Amino acid sequence: MELLLAPLLGGIGVALITGPLGCFLVWRRMAYFGDTLSHSALLGVALGYALEVNINITVIVVCLSIALILVALQQQRYIASDTLLGILAHSSLALGLVVVSLLHDSRLNLSAFLFGDLLTITTEDVFAIYLGSAAALAILVYLWRPLLAITLDESLAQVEGIRVFWVRLTLMAVIALIIATTMKIVGILLITALMIIPAASARPWARSPEGMAIRASLLGIIAISGGLILAYVFDTSLGPTIVVCCAVLFLLSYLIPKPAT
Amino acid sequence: MSDCLLSLHDISLTLGEKQILSQVNLSIHEGEIITLIGPNGAGKSTLVRIALNLLKASSGEVRRRPGLRLGYMPQKLTIDNSLPLTVLRFLQLAYAHTNKEEALAALTRFECEHLAHQAIQKLSGGEFQRVLLARTVLRQPQLLVLDEPVQGVDMNGQRELYRLIRQVRDETHCAVLMVSHDLHLVMKSTDHVICLNTHVCCAGHPDNISHHPAYLKLFGQPDESELAIYTHHHDHHHDLSGEACSTPLHSHQEHT
Repeated sequence: MELLLAPLLGGIGVALITGPLGCFLVWRRMAYFGDTLSHSALLGVALGYALEVNINITVIVVCLSIALILVALQQQRYIASDTLLGILAHSSLALGLVVVSLLHDSRLNLSAFLFGDLLTITTEDVFAIYLGSAAALAILVYLWRPLLAITLDESLAQVEGIRVFWVRLTLMAVIALIIATTMKIVGILLITALMIIPAASARPWARSPEGMAIRASLLGIIAISGGLILAYVFDTSLGPTIVVCCAVLFLLSYLIPKPAT
Repeated sequence: MSDCLLSLHDISLTLGEKQILSQVNLSIHEGEIITLIGPNGAGKSTLVRIALNLLKASSGEVRRRPGLRLGYMPQKLTIDNSLPLTVLRFLQLAYAHTNKEEALAALTRFECEHLAHQAIQKLSGGEFQRVLLARTVLRQPQLLVLDEPVQGVDMNGQRELYRLIRQVRDETHCAVLMVSHDLHLVMKSTDHVICLNTHVCCAGHPDNISHHPAYLKLFGQPDESELAIYTHHHDHHHDLSGEACSTPLHSHQEHT
């Protein structure tokens, strides 16, 4: 059971930030955007190994570059955003896989990055998770009102003096940061699920944005802890087990009768 | 002029091949209510977006009084159902330091305090527009910009909204720039009507029409109504493509 302690602590650190961040993905309809960024993270991992640089840094750089490429591609008028997101998500994932196979680096455990792996989570990773989560949470708290304002309406927020472009860019950067610190637990293929499913499950029970964010974090903690224990007991893949737990919570939250609001 | 809050000078906008706006001039002074009317696609919302610096004109200049406090009601504001938000909280988001009491006071002022704890997505069209107006006023604007504030609201609701808008102007002396797609009905207390169809077709005071038969037919109670009919007197007409022709066919062409 000692084996579980580091990942469990890490998982709680992850859930603290994926709750509120997932809420913004849901409110702003950015689920596919989150997917695209996380899929591109593998390219960041591969580059990190190739260039012998800290992979957290290369993942953030690649994620942000993908976000900027998306903004640039949205200037053309032929292809809608969801198609662009699909193109970027799969191209960058494919490119990442190609680079990984070209590297032939025995240190790089591909499936751990794709699906998460209990055994690869070190105390160092847990520190990185808490550092990343604390930074991301501080930014979200500081920008909470502007973030809600641009979620309501970007034009309105702009007229009311909010620097919409910078707030939006910061949100993207926070998403990239969290993908970089979280991928070892759930794996890049399923990170978005860990963000949006607890948030969506919290929605029927929430009356305020903050209430929804806190509930999403609590549900995330339950899903991650449950997933860790189940993955340990049944020797299943960690990321998928956590996401299955999220899905069960989601079903329960819509099946259990709610107090009348 | 010293009491000028915002002015537009020779604003033109071309998108691709299409001329959206051509040489539009407009100035808004303290306490003045200006209504912008015109058919769909006339460029009204675009002009408003340019005035608010949300959009850049191809040519021309926007001059704002430095430090101008703006209140804006966009034409369309849909709040995703996934966001749990009460009306009260929605109002508190208007400004960094809006507290509960101020938000409640604003709701009371617009006669919708009973909505305070409702989910914002559950409001009717009229209620939502009212709440939006209350939110805008919380910012104590010197200029209120309202893009089709009465759309999706029934006739009685429209009258009510117009009354509230006038009340805001009377109490706070803010200027109001309002867009309406209705060519015939504008707010009675409008000081200045501008008819836009890519360019400014005509502008002036709305006629006092309380005895106009069509008006009486529509509303019955002329004195209590907030609506007025603006009759157009153009010095030009539009050909089939919408281009203005310099030689008028009739001296008084009216839109229908």
